[in-house]
Amino acid sequence: MNATTPSSSWQNRNKKRTRNLALWTLAWVLTMALATLGPALLWQEDKLFSMLAIGLNVLLGFGMIYANVIHLRGLDEMQQKVQLQSMGITLGIGMVLGFAYSNLDIANVIATDAEISHLMMIMAITYMISLVIGLKRLS
Amino acid sequence: MKNKLKVLRAERNWTQADLANQLEVSRQTINAIEKGKFDPSLPLAFKTARLFSLKIEEIFEEETD
Repeated sequence: MNATTPSSSWQNRNKKRTRNLALWTLAWVLTMALATLGPALLWQEDKLFSMLAIGLNVLLGFGMIYANVIHLRGLDEMQQKVQLQSMGITLGIGMVLGFAYSNLDIANVIATDAEISHLMMIMAITYMISLVIGLKRLS
Repeated sequence: MKNKLKVLRAERNWTQADLANQLEVSRQTINAIEKGKFDPSLPLAFKTARLFSLKIEEIFEEETD
């Protein structure tokens, strides 16, 4: 038997779905940059352009979510289990540390305002670490 | 859960990737099943049994204490 049996199209389909997700994510990130930097650098605070950029960002965001759902459905059962565990840990860490961070800001314990981007970074790092640990444990 | 996947695969001279392609799962999943680190679902166990023309219980065995 060789590795290019008709069933190997499963791997090809998965690669295509992963590439598709990467493209949607890239588009979302680029429009996020446009919506964030555009008002100051490109259209001098014009609200119409800001609304259009934010609307485009949200639309592409939904596209990214759908691409992620398709990607997750295409994974095999072990990969889905690892993803589920990683997402669960990420959600928990995000909630616990997010509210704690917000409380630190409300109680004026920290000098600066709590930024959503800090929470996103924590969640992204948590997700990556838990994915690596999850896959390592099963290898 | 113990299984004879590695033996059955070796008898047919298949690599983990070959078996993964047949079962439409990743090579890592085959590796985890062979090492007993991941138990397959019932549909995947049936699919595996069908592929080897065996009964599920001839491939997978419950580990009792």
